[in-house]
Amino acid sequence: MLEQLLIKGMSIGAIYAMLGIGFCLLWQTSRLVNFAQGEFVTVSAFLILLFYSVLKLPLFLATFMGIVAAAFVLGFVVKKTLAEPLMPRGNIAFVVGTIGLGFLVKDSLTVFVSAEALPFPAMIPQKPLHYAGAMFSSLDIWNICVAAVMIVSLHLFIRKTKPGKALQAVAQNRQAADIMGIDAQKMILLAFVINAVLAAFSATLVAPIYMVKYDMGNELGLKAFYAAIIGGFNQVRGALLGGFLVGLIEVFTAAYISTQYKSAFVLLTLIVVILCKPEGLLGTKEQ
Amino acid sequence: MVNEKRQTKWRRFAACSFCLPIILASPAALMHSQYMLYLCSLTCIYMIGATGLNVMLGYAGQISLAQAAFFGIGAYTVALLGPKLSFWLALPLGAFVAFVIGLGLGFPSLRVKTHFLAMVTLGFNIIVYLILVNEDKWTGGPYGVFNIARPAIGPLSFQSPALYHVLIAVVTSVVLLLALWMLNSQWGRAFKAIRENEARAELLGVSLRNYKVMAFAIGSGYAGLGGALIAPLFGYIDPTMFALPFSFQFLLMVVVGGIGRFEGPLIGAIIVAILPESLRITQKLYPILFALAAMLIMIFMPKGTVSGVDWIYRKITGKEELQLTK
Repeated sequence: MLEQLLIKGMSIGAIYAMLGIGFCLLWQTSRLVNFAQGEFVTVSAFLILLFYSVLKLPLFLATFMGIVAAAFVLGFVVKKTLAEPLMPRGNIAFVVGTIGLGFLVKDSLTVFVSAEALPFPAMIPQKPLHYAGAMFSSLDIWNICVAAVMIVSLHLFIRKTKPGKALQAVAQNRQAADIMGIDAQKMILLAFVINAVLAAFSATLVAPIYMVKYDMGNELGLKAFYAAIIGGFNQVRGALLGGFLVGLIEVFTAAYISTQYKSAFVLLTLIVVILCKPEGLLGTKEQ
Repeated sequence: MVNEKRQTKWRRFAACSFCLPIILASPAALMHSQYMLYLCSLTCIYMIGATGLNVMLGYAGQISLAQAAFFGIGAYTVALLGPKLSFWLALPLGAFVAFVIGLGLGFPSLRVKTHFLAMVTLGFNIIVYLILVNEDKWTGGPYGVFNIARPAIGPLSFQSPALYHVLIAVVTSVVLLLALWMLNSQWGRAFKAIRENEARAELLGVSLRNYKVMAFAIGSGYAGLGGALIAPLFGYIDPTMFALPFSFQFLLMVVVGGIGRFEGPLIGAIIVAILPESLRITQKLYPILFALAAMLIMIFMPKGTVSGVDWIYRKITGKEELQLTK
């Protein structure tokens, strides 16, 4: 039972962690908080479905095309049309803008596409696995593996490559980075694109389990936010820890305390963290 | 000095005249249709809630995404206690309960700002929603409460939509004027001082704790009052009405209307409640258009639609814009 819950919690937590990391990257580079993070997942899932069910591409190609399209629409277009004009107006403007974007996505999908939940193909066959008395789905292991690969490669990208280091420089000190000749706007664009790719990957993981629906992003966006805040907004590894914590708290409270109030326990953790250590568990104090 | 006084009077008069059209609209709406009247009532109630949020966000600079939860608290107070006590007791009680809980929710605002505060209040909204859904012994669970009666005093019953609208309009006007009076008093100046620069405000002797917490409590109390009025208007309530999207809607009302301007949320409330009806051709597309409009207004009209109204006022009278609050 315990192992089973651990794997379930890690599997869902991995998805939250990926979204939370995207969130943190955006915050660090641009000081913007994206209230449409969940809808980014929804849009990616629908884009992949567009390539798969409508254009009848093979699954692998459709997923690839969907991720590229998501990176363009949610990264490039959102940065140029929404983030750029709103950035000088401060955070509240962008929060309202992205809340508007979230409504726009959900309402457009219900009117123009479908209000029903649509099935989504899994990348690997879904079958129950048994190990040492615990039972879990092959998708759980797949989620953890994909998220691990994504997070490790993102880490390597940020630490080892030149654009990655530039990104880090902008995140740490915008003015100093400017002086060193780094184009901050370009790096913010890069952060938006990375965030979109992370959202698209988590869409491929979450959609086979929960199906694709116009409001699938509501919960996910919030959980990503919780993950980022609990772990620490200014540390990527904070969001990683936060994501797994949120996933585990959710699964364990659902199993042992109450299914109805599983979100409430995550929220209570969040509120306690915000009030006791506003910078998050792994975060550092900002000047 | 005299000039200043006259100006203040003029401002209050302007506020009255702003409230009046809605009250005057009621007979016209009655002749037109019951549905229009219902929309007018809804607009008034939205105005109360949005003005509450404007006090917190627009004047004191403290974001709250829990307006829907306080609406729910007010609405459930009236729905559950109304039959047992009396509507006339439950109405102020709903506002008072929201006020007290808002007082509590104001304390986190002393520690955290911006998106963290947004998150705490948003979390509070979700917790209230979960309680409303799951504690079905008290709240009726996901089905909510039905047959919420409209009030009566002796022989005078507010059962008919027209009379109930009059009640709502009177309450709305009273609380809006109260808010205007408060925002033009020392309190309004303290709120704005906190919004502009907390450290400076504190240095000048503004108690951050008292004013921030009171801003929260007042804003939440307004939402509670709005909720207490909305329950008999609908006749039934269920938890989904008071979920997060409703809070977002209040935020959009304030920002689309004009943040930190007294008239702003009033215009925002009209845009959200009445405009969909006048744009009936757009039908299902209205939510999409509204979301798009909210984004475009954020980009091109950062001060909200009220700046468009100012522009028209300037063109017609050649004077500076009409500022209802100093």
